[in-house]
Order: sequence, then structure tokens, then C-alpha cells
Amino acid sequence: MRKSLTVCLLVAMVSLFPHCAAQTSSTNTYPSGAKAVSDAQSERIAKLEQAVADAKSSGDNAWMLTSSALVLMMTGPGLALFYGGLVRKKNVLSTMLQSFALMAIVTLLWGLVEYSLAFGSGNSFIGGLHNVFLRGVGAQPDHDYAATIPLQTYMIYQLMFAIITPALISGAFAERMKFSAMVLFMILWSLIVYAPMAHMVWGKGGFLNAALGGRFPTLDFAGGTVVHVTSGVSALVCALYIGRRLGYPKQNMTPHSVVLSFIGACLLWVGWFGFNAGSALSAGSLATSAFVATHFGAASAALGWSAAEWLRNGKPSALGAISGAVAGLVAITPAAGFVSPMSAIVIGLLAGVGCYFMVAKVKMRFGYDDSLDAFGVHGAGGTLGALLTGVFASSTVNPIFKDAQGNTLASGLLEGNAHQLLNQLAGVAIAWGLAIVGTLAILKIVDLTIGLRVKEDDEIQGLDFSQHGEEGYNWEAPE
Amino acid sequence: MTKVEAIIQVSKLDAVKNALPEIGVEGMTVFEARGHGRQKGHTEFYRGREYTVDLIPKVKLEMVLADDMVEKAVQAIIASARTGKIGDGKIFLSRTDDAIRIRNEERGNTAL
Repeated sequence: MRKSLTVCLLVAMVSLFPHCAAQTSSTNTYPSGAKAVSDAQSERIAKLEQAVADAKSSGDNAWMLTSSALVLMMTGPGLALFYGGLVRKKNVLSTMLQSFALMAIVTLLWGLVEYSLAFGSGNSFIGGLHNVFLRGVGAQPDHDYAATIPLQTYMIYQLMFAIITPALISGAFAERMKFSAMVLFMILWSLIVYAPMAHMVWGKGGFLNAALGGRFPTLDFAGGTVVHVTSGVSALVCALYIGRRLGYPKQNMTPHSVVLSFIGACLLWVGWFGFNAGSALSAGSLATSAFVATHFGAASAALGWSAAEWLRNGKPSALGAISGAVAGLVAITPAAGFVSPMSAIVIGLLAGVGCYFMVAKVKMRFGYDDSLDAFGVHGAGGTLGALLTGVFASSTVNPIFKDAQGNTLASGLLEGNAHQLLNQLAGVAIAWGLAIVGTLAILKIVDLTIGLRVKEDDEIQGLDFSQHGEEGYNWEAPE
Repeated sequence: MTKVEAIIQVSKLDAVKNALPEIGVEGMTVFEARGHGRQKGHTEFYRGREYTVDLIPKVKLEMVLADDMVEKAVQAIIASARTGKIGDGKIFLSRTDDAIRIRNEERGNTAL
């Protein structure tokens, strides 16, 4: 905008003082063609330039608003259905409501203070308070973040990530946490874990920011560390701290409706295009590249999980196929926008098989009750994806690293930049550390103030009735 | 008057339901049921975890018949519900004291 203003001013000056302009053009050394540009023509060129910039901006903005809506759809109904189908009948509403409640709670929190802590200017670890109450977040773009869309669009897009991330954790303590405790936990978690992590990876001056000069430039296109590692690892901490559900693992706790989970997973897949391709923050070829990688990653992970299951149990299951797709989407999240479609297939395949192994073998072995596999899928898949991004990142797909002369440098290990794997490791280690320490502290606070678990009777009766006074499936409703 | 309770395979409901009116049985009540006898359950896998499903879906038919109808009905059920494999179900017979038609308070066999 400032640039176009300058252009307009120049055009105005030139038309006011035509003799000056003529004098200048007669003394300069431009080739003769340039001399012939008349005042009317230069005015037209300036207008055209403005029109081109406006068109790009409105194209980018259209995609980013669409992406924002897609990412919100991932939480509700996507994740709500995915998780809702996996619990027992008596807990379906309470599980779905946890996702939905975060759509409302995090939205207000974000507007009041969380956006500023994540994306406002601050130090290397957390943003400042300059943007509280969304001060200064308006129609003008922020050139550091996204030069062609209003900062308000960027803010609302990032909000959708801040909603789904804590919602993912709820899978670990499903069917046993008090609603009030969940609300307090999530508010504190958003401020203490999410905001600093988002700032470190994506914020101005962030410690791990690869695009804006961080000390350990970690490649994380759409939130492998910020979203999936933090939520997945926090989920594991929650599962260990809160303890198992009553009756686990002896009692039968089969998913009450794989059909609901199926619909949810398919909505997640579609919504993920907004999550990953939207992270290009524009509607150009980078968005396409991320879109394609996302799709290939999901497909190959669905096949990977199914194949592993088929070999071990003799049958490929619907729940396995959709869980695999979600695992692949998780793993491709940091890599989309940096890797080719063929690399995406490899990443997806490793994630599909790896996450199956995590939930089918590792969880059984250690006996923790990560009820809906938030750690097994998001923690493990996110960690794997973040590390593999350091292996497969390609400067042909996205020339992110440049030297002082502007020449493109190697991105990932396969291109010869072994150091990137260490940067990825640093990003992952910080995400793990912050998630473990932050979540433990928050759990302790909530435990000591309002208590984490529902009473034993309430858990047996089900959280739908004991926490919310209603039932998901009301068989006795009048006809 | 005898109460006939037959627990059969879900897949055989249509055959039994069609066979009984042919020998003159005029009414029946059908329940969706779950249970097991010698058949035991089967196993299901969810995310690699094995669950045993002990109670298998079955259908239970109930009818109260005049005594001279009972043996014919039992034979009709056996003929239409049998597959010869384990899990075909069971028939239970028990005495019933009386029957009353609510509409007009008819009693005994005429109420059936």
C-alpha cells in the first residue's frame, strides 16, 4: 500500500511539472524506448500496477478466508465426530462438546490476548502485549507475515489452528475429565504452551522461525511441531497424570460408532487442505504444492496402516484406514510446501505404519490409557513428520534458504544439508520439553483447585448425563 | 396353552416368519436379542486391540399356542431355522395359564 501511494504521488508530481519531467528524461541515459513514455502512459501504468496488486490481494484473500473456514470445519464437525464415534455411547455428547466448547472459548481468548502473545512483536520466545484486544489488527497487511492479505485475515486463519490444537488433546482424557477442569486446563494451556510455541516457530523474531531469521530455523510449514507435537505430547502427559478410565483395559470399550468417526475423518481430510495449502498464505503455486503433498501423504498413510493391520489381524478395518489417513495428514503437515509428491508418499507410508505400531503395540506394552490415541497419532506422527521434513525438504519445491547473494541453498538432508536435521531435532525437542513441563504444571494447578476427574459414580453413569444432564441418543423421546 | 420361545439366527428370521403362518400360527412377537450358548463370541479388532464380543445378535420369537398346534409349530421352526452349524439356537416350551384379549376380554384359546 505504501509503495503504491509513492507511485501515485510521483505520477501526480510528474503531471504537475511536465517541463521538469521532460528535462529529466532528456538528460538521463535510458534507452530511447523509455523516453517515449508519456505522462498519460505512466499514469496508466501506475493504475495498472495498482489493479494487478489489488487482484492478487483479493485472490489470496479469497483462498485464505476459505482456508480459515476449512480449518474450523476440522474441529467442528470433523474432530468432534471423529472422537465422538470412538467413545462409548454414554460419553458421545461430552466428547463432542469439548471440541465445540474450544471453538467458542479459544476464539474469545485469542481476541483478548492470545493472538498478541503468539504473533505480536516480543522476544524470541513469546510475543508482547501490543496487539491485545486485536489493537492494530485491521485491513492493512503485515508484510512480515503475509504481504497480500489483510492482517485480520491472517489473525482469523491462525485462530483456527489455536482452536484445533487443544481440541486434539481432549482425546487423551476422554470419558473421565470434569468439564470445568477441561475449560480451565485449555485456557491455561493455550496461554502457556500454544502461544509461546506458535511464536517461536511462526512469530516475528521467533527462536525457531525459518522464514524470519530464527536461531534454529525449523521447517514447519503448517504446524507439525506447533500443533501436533505439542498437543500429542501434552496428551500423553494428561493420560499418565489423570490415569486410566475405570475398567481399562479389562472392560470392553469398543468405539460406539465407527460410522461417526468415519464421517469425521473424511471431513478432517478435506479440511486439511485449508490447514496445509492455506499455510502458503497465498493462492499461488506454493499452495498447490502443499495441497498435492497433503493429499498424497494421506492416501499412502491410509494404505500403510491398512496393510500393517491386514498382515497382523488378517483383515483391513475401516477404523484402521481412516486412522491411517489422519496419521498421514499429521506427518505431512510440517513437510507440505517443502517436499515433492513422491516424498510425501514415503512420509505418509512411514507415518501410517509407524502410528499403527504406536497404538497397537507401544500403548499396550506400557499400559497408559491414551483413550483416543491423541499421542499415538499426533505426538508420534508429528514428531516423525517434523524429522522427515528435514530429510526430504527440497529447494526446488520451496527455495527457503538463501545466501547473502540471493542464491538458493540446499534445504534437506537428501540435498546435502545434514544440518537441517539437527534444526528439526531442536524444534521437536523444544516442543516436547515445553509440552511436558507446561502441561504438568497446568495439570497440577487444575488438580489442586477444582480437581481433574469426575466422581467414580459419574464416570460409570457417563459424562453426558453427569456433566451436562442430557443424552446423545434419547431412545425414550416421545414420537 | 403353551408358550413357545424360539431363539434363532438373525438370518433365519424371514424363513421362520413365513413358515409359521402356513401351518396356521396367526401371531407372534419378535425381539432383537443378544446372547450366547455353546457358540461363544467372536473377536473384533479396533486399532490393533483385540476385543471379544461374547454376546452375539440373535432374534427371539415368542408365541402362545393351543396345545394341538405346538408340535407342528416346533417342527416348522426347526425345518426353517436349521443350518446344521453351531449357533442355530433353541426352542423353549412352557405352560401358560390363560390368555385375555384386551379388546373384548375373550379368554382361553379363543383369545389366541
